[in-house]
Amino acid sequence: MSYSKPVFHHPNLTKNALGYTKKDYEGSLSTLCAGCGHDSISAAIVEACFELNIEPHRVAKLSGIGCSSKTPAYFLNNSHGFNSVHGRMPSIATGANLANRDLIYLGVSGDGDTAAIGMGQFCHVIRRNLNMIYVVMNNGCYGLTKGQDSATADKGSIAKAGNMNPFEGIDLCSLAIELGATFVAQSFSGDKSQLIPILQAAMSHKGFALVNVISPCVTFNNNNGSTKSYDYVREHNESMGRIDFVPIGEEITTQYADDEVKEVKFHDGSELLFHKLRKDFDPENKIEVINAIQNARSKNEILTGILYLDRHGVELNDLLNTTAVPLNQLTEKELCPGSSMLDEINQGYR
Amino acid sequence: MDVTNVNNPEYYHKVVDCQYACPAHTPVPEYIRLIAAGKYTEAYMVNWESNVFPGVLGRTCDRPCEPACRRGRVEEEPVAICRLKRVAADHKGSIKHLMPAIPDQKNGKRVALIGGGPASLTVARDLAPLGYDVDLYDDQQKGGGMMRSQIPSFRLPAEVLDEEVNQITDLGIKTHFNTRVESLREVMAKGYDAVFVGTGAPKGKDLEMPGRHDASGHIHIGIQWLASVAFEHIHTIGKKVIVLGGGNTAMDCCRTARRLGGEEVKVVVRSPFAEMKASPWEKEDAMHEDIPIIDNHVPKQFVIEDGKMKGVLFEKVSPVYEDGKRKLKPTGEPDVLIEADDVLIAIGQENTFPWIERDLGLEFDQWGMPVINPVNFASTLPGVFFGGDAALGPKNIITAVAQGHEAAISIDLYCQGKDLSQRLEPRTKIQSTKMGIHEWSYDNGVAADLRYAVPQADKEETLRDRKKEVELGFDLKTAFREAQRCFNCDVQTVFTDNKCIECDACMDICPTSCITFTNNEEEESVLRQKLLVPALNMEQDLLVSGPLKTGRVMVKDEDVCLHCGLCAERCPTAAWDMQKYLYNTAKAGHHCYV
Repeated sequence: MSYSKPVFHHPNLTKNALGYTKKDYEGSLSTLCAGCGHDSISAAIVEACFELNIEPHRVAKLSGIGCSSKTPAYFLNNSHGFNSVHGRMPSIATGANLANRDLIYLGVSGDGDTAAIGMGQFCHVIRRNLNMIYVVMNNGCYGLTKGQDSATADKGSIAKAGNMNPFEGIDLCSLAIELGATFVAQSFSGDKSQLIPILQAAMSHKGFALVNVISPCVTFNNNNGSTKSYDYVREHNESMGRIDFVPIGEEITTQYADDEVKEVKFHDGSELLFHKLRKDFDPENKIEVINAIQNARSKNEILTGILYLDRHGVELNDLLNTTAVPLNQLTEKELCPGSSMLDEINQGYR
Repeated sequence: MDVTNVNNPEYYHKVVDCQYACPAHTPVPEYIRLIAAGKYTEAYMVNWESNVFPGVLGRTCDRPCEPACRRGRVEEEPVAICRLKRVAADHKGSIKHLMPAIPDQKNGKRVALIGGGPASLTVARDLAPLGYDVDLYDDQQKGGGMMRSQIPSFRLPAEVLDEEVNQITDLGIKTHFNTRVESLREVMAKGYDAVFVGTGAPKGKDLEMPGRHDASGHIHIGIQWLASVAFEHIHTIGKKVIVLGGGNTAMDCCRTARRLGGEEVKVVVRSPFAEMKASPWEKEDAMHEDIPIIDNHVPKQFVIEDGKMKGVLFEKVSPVYEDGKRKLKPTGEPDVLIEADDVLIAIGQENTFPWIERDLGLEFDQWGMPVINPVNFASTLPGVFFGGDAALGPKNIITAVAQGHEAAISIDLYCQGKDLSQRLEPRTKIQSTKMGIHEWSYDNGVAADLRYAVPQADKEETLRDRKKEVELGFDLKTAFREAQRCFNCDVQTVFTDNKCIECDACMDICPTSCITFTNNEEEESVLRQKLLVPALNMEQDLLVSGPLKTGRVMVKDEDVCLHCGLCAERCPTAAWDMQKYLYNTAKAGHHCYV
């Protein structure tokens, strides 16, 4: 078994605007099972960051516990990282974000870490609209403890041992929309052409961005009857149309007919193109989105794409009016402004 | 593109770049692994089967394998394949018991080999075990041909050559040394069933220009001079020596001159330094012995003063490239006189067949070369075959060996009355290296070590003694490290499309971005552009799978695959497997030696 990657790379590997190759965004060799969907998501994160010319030191990777939460070791080796307590990643992300709003916060969690032990934290981080990307590597089972059904396993899904799940599964996307999330996407680890632009859009979005990725567990949940197997997801994947992400500074060169494409501009200047959206579906219309999700569920379809987008939400730092300067850059001068300032404040309470 | 036909034995063979580039197709990674495992005897025998002279070639080969080595495409330098071969030869145990048995009952066929060089000896090695009576004729006192007369002892010690020549002559070959064949008709009159001509290219080219015949005692033809040194007819040379020519013979001449008393030895060559024919390492070795190489100088005349050699006059030129052709244009600078006591002319060598009667029915072309079939090495006279430099012009030892093998197959077919065009298929074997879930029977870790240099003996000492070998060879520790640099390209990445679930794990893990899952294209050129990293090296094939469940195909660019096995380690369904592919060219009578 190999424990490290060879140092060599393809001599013709392209470099991004920062002069980095994709190799510079990679992590250590994965110790997950061979064929794990999570590794594909890691690769998509690498590709997304490479293409967006993100400086690795501007990213903070945060995770909880589980197979999914191990993955930050397998991408962005040159970024910051914090592997936190089970289900408590949102708290750490909140603290870090309030201390320094300049970084890109990339939270990685799983279905157990999010929908079971971390459910409370998940709900609150959404309603606070913390500016972060929250990736759920969702395989519907507890792979690290031999594949028990998780809280996101669909009702009726059959586990590897043959038992059928009798409980309703939690739909993280519906829940997030309900709780006021400002960016909700769903994708499949086996479809990087969709996942990469979604991750890029999530990174450009200001506010909470949920990216729920169905990520088959090859070892415990890739059997016939499972609703989170490679085959099932491919057969039931209902894509909401192709998405193109156009980074800042790049121009849209192709001409599209008005009814074929919906253009959405983010606050940072990057753009998102939705191609061939359905007539009754506008990702910025919450009611149409909820309808589409309910309709899909009744037809056993898995909706994928950027399901919901609200570009007008106010993120937590702005809501709380926190300092724009990272705490570690504040000096005594700002933190202890002197007795005259204290007097002024006291006067305000009289 | 169509699904790649991996059942064609040449597909995986081509992936093993070194072996494919070797004229004799020696299974290089196979013996390098054996060296790493300390199995020097086995490594030697793998070589011996293919190239017959591992000890000689481990010192003198032109190494077409090394520029082909895949490692050279991902880092600075290829694996030191040639010098690893020498390690196997130097450290092997007794191999007497491994030599092929020679049948007591002969097959009744008699074959004459004319010339005792590498091509003839290869034919002898291949035919003797099949029961042929083999007579070998050579005008030297021992076998070896140009390996003995033209390669100086400081590169190839006589003991090494003797050992490997004797290994063959000991297979019951009837040798007729000190016997110069003056007539092919006479040889044929002895009733041989087949005759093989392996007489090399024994005539050094002369340089006719003013003064050539005025001091001829001090102007020598390179290969003749080297032979005279080797056979101890010449022991000294003047203090100032000019060597004209830029090939490996020129390098051997200048270095030999240094050992015979030449103090100011200079190589002067017409072409630019980078375009010289000599191997880069041979140029390096010459310069290491304080021999300057002066390029872009065209000789004009030998300068003789008072009947004494004064030097050579040169015109300075610079290369001009027109329509891809190089021309040397005079720079207009004044001519340069370089002083010399002796001049060695090493500007090429030629075939010469004064001993072949032109009325035998053996056709010669307008340049006086015999007309030879380049596949089966038959001449136009049935039963007469050629090989080595005598066949298709001067090349090198390993090419002579490769041609010897093919000629031996032809002779065997001919003597059995079979069609010469029915060439024998190579012997191939492919076998999984899987030992456990993530365990392989080869060391799949990829060493990052840079190429190790072969240590050399002290320069003072080697310049004093013409027979003292310059290179010391790798010590075993270094040999192991160098061997670990080999990527094991013969361990093939074998893909089974109906097992693939398209999880992308292999594509994500591949350190050199070789694997892409994509929609197929009609045109190969379009598909090549679509890959993760476009496949621009057209000499390297694409491995294209059949359609997968989603309708896409797996495309692997073989170009810079490290054969690290990570694709197979990360594959959940064993759709990828690492399988060792052994390819051996056929030998006469399908005989196996290892």
